[in-house]
Amino acid sequence: MKTARLTGRQRLAVSIPLGWLLVCVALPVLLVLGLAFGEVADRIPPIEPLLRIAAGRPTVHLTLHNLAAAATDPLYASAFGSALLNALETTALCVLIGYPFAYAIALAPERQRRLYVLLAVLPFWTSFLMRTYAWMGLIRDKGPVNHLLLALGVVNEPVPILYSPAAVLLVMVYAYVPFFILPMYAVLERLPRDLLEAAADLGARPFYAFRTVTLPLSLPGLLAGSVLVFVPAVGEYIIPDLVGNTDTIMIGGILWAEFFQNRDWPAAASIAFLMMALLVVPFLVLRRLLASLGGARPA
Amino acid sequence: MSRRGQPVWRPLALWLGLGFLYVPIAWIIVYSFSGATVAGVWKGFSLRWYLALAENEGLRLAAGRSLLLAALAATAATALGTVAGYALSRLPRFRARSALTVLLAIPLFVPEVLIGFALLMLFVALETLTGLRLSKGLLPLIAGHATLGMPVVASVVYARLAGLDRSFEEAALDLGARPLRAFLTVTLPLAVPALISGWLLAFTLSFDDVITSSFLAGPANTTLPMLVYSTVRVGVNPQINVVGTLIIVGAALIVIASRLRGQPMLVPPDRAARSGGATR
Repeated sequence: MKTARLTGRQRLAVSIPLGWLLVCVALPVLLVLGLAFGEVADRIPPIEPLLRIAAGRPTVHLTLHNLAAAATDPLYASAFGSALLNALETTALCVLIGYPFAYAIALAPERQRRLYVLLAVLPFWTSFLMRTYAWMGLIRDKGPVNHLLLALGVVNEPVPILYSPAAVLLVMVYAYVPFFILPMYAVLERLPRDLLEAAADLGARPFYAFRTVTLPLSLPGLLAGSVLVFVPAVGEYIIPDLVGNTDTIMIGGILWAEFFQNRDWPAAASIAFLMMALLVVPFLVLRRLLASLGGARPA
Repeated sequence: MSRRGQPVWRPLALWLGLGFLYVPIAWIIVYSFSGATVAGVWKGFSLRWYLALAENEGLRLAAGRSLLLAALAATAATALGTVAGYALSRLPRFRARSALTVLLAIPLFVPEVLIGFALLMLFVALETLTGLRLSKGLLPLIAGHATLGMPVVASVVYARLAGLDRSFEEAALDLGARPLRAFLTVTLPLAVPALISGWLLAFTLSFDDVITSSFLAGPANTTLPMLVYSTVRVGVNPQINVVGTLIIVGAALIVIASRLRGQPMLVPPDRAARSGGATR
């Protein structure tokens, strides 16, 4: 790719955001990766320095112990597994709910579309924490959802929904579905309508036209939206902590506990190390997808 | 696809979707006006929890701290993000471009527990090296939240500039304006709607943040979301319904007002902002 030489002022303009990101993103990430090779110490900060001066000579102290322990710990493995499974289920449900919703908005008349998009976006300007909290009220034993189920005769006594894996999934879908709806809507809205009309004119039934025309054309949006849901969902900590139980301890929660409760920074760093390694692949997929979605993007 | 009138799935998908989105919000608002001591129980219309909020000094202090923090972090994020968005959309392809795009993507993409943890390690390293007690002040929080908000601002500004006709800037340059002057007098004013959206997004991200704040806030700097979080871990609480209602109504008013002024669509404060399409 051809690159141009920038003028002095232009270089200055680039170096300000770039310098900030190097110090506040690249350097911290490298520090965490390095810390994964460090040792716990009973001091503040609770780590042995990686670089020590011994007998006038600097020596580097690194150990693979933490990473090996993190990679083989059955508790970590099951937390990783449940985080991945939960993220997959969340993504699948976001597709099932978000796709028809985004498509219905995209097919609405132009003027209504603006209103619907505003209505779809508005909740997500409000606090994520508050929206999670609202579900705690809705699904608790004496909450409206249980009242409804009792009134409908679905159940005879209140079912414990709050503090269960199902509650985690429900709230995860609620919190993450906008990450899916927006890219999905952006793609569906730009689909050429005349292709569908042509399919209909040629005798295709609506579902057949959808399956052979709309769905393939909207696949990039579907994949981009799915990755945007899946990746942050893997590391989610707040929702499992607030509405889940001991069966829903996920890897984000383990990192949190190792750091805040056990004060074992190298262990937390090892988990971070493994999570990053795991997320590199979907990250690269997303970059390609966004590039193929038309036009370069800043991210 | 609808020669024969509206297919039934469309209104169904639309209204079920909107219902799913709005029922929880309605629950918060409705029960903030209940007189009951337990959240989610209706015991007559009452403003007692609103009055109780006025006397809750801990909540008030945390709210003030969070507002200040969000305003400062959003301003820093907007300054940094605008320059980044400008560099990506207007400068010729430069060598560090891919480094810039990857680094901008990381805070948006990587789970926040990692970002918060990593940022704390930065400040611990700085404290160890310099001996300063940075964590006593708001500085780590401001820098951390600015880092979270910056990529969002950059993507909004980038989308706006990419969609703008360059001929105004070129006219200014042809008429002899220096690049910096053309940027300040032509490009920047045209990008103002994106700057406002970006600032609001960064503000919302900061004002809602629990995870990064938990890592970076010293013991004296508890933010409103941290306080709310520690309260709701125990269970529902009518006081939180009131706080939630105020946040929801405030955010809704800001979004609607900025729409009425004809600004571009505001994207939600999340990673979806990066997918770009909705901002055009």
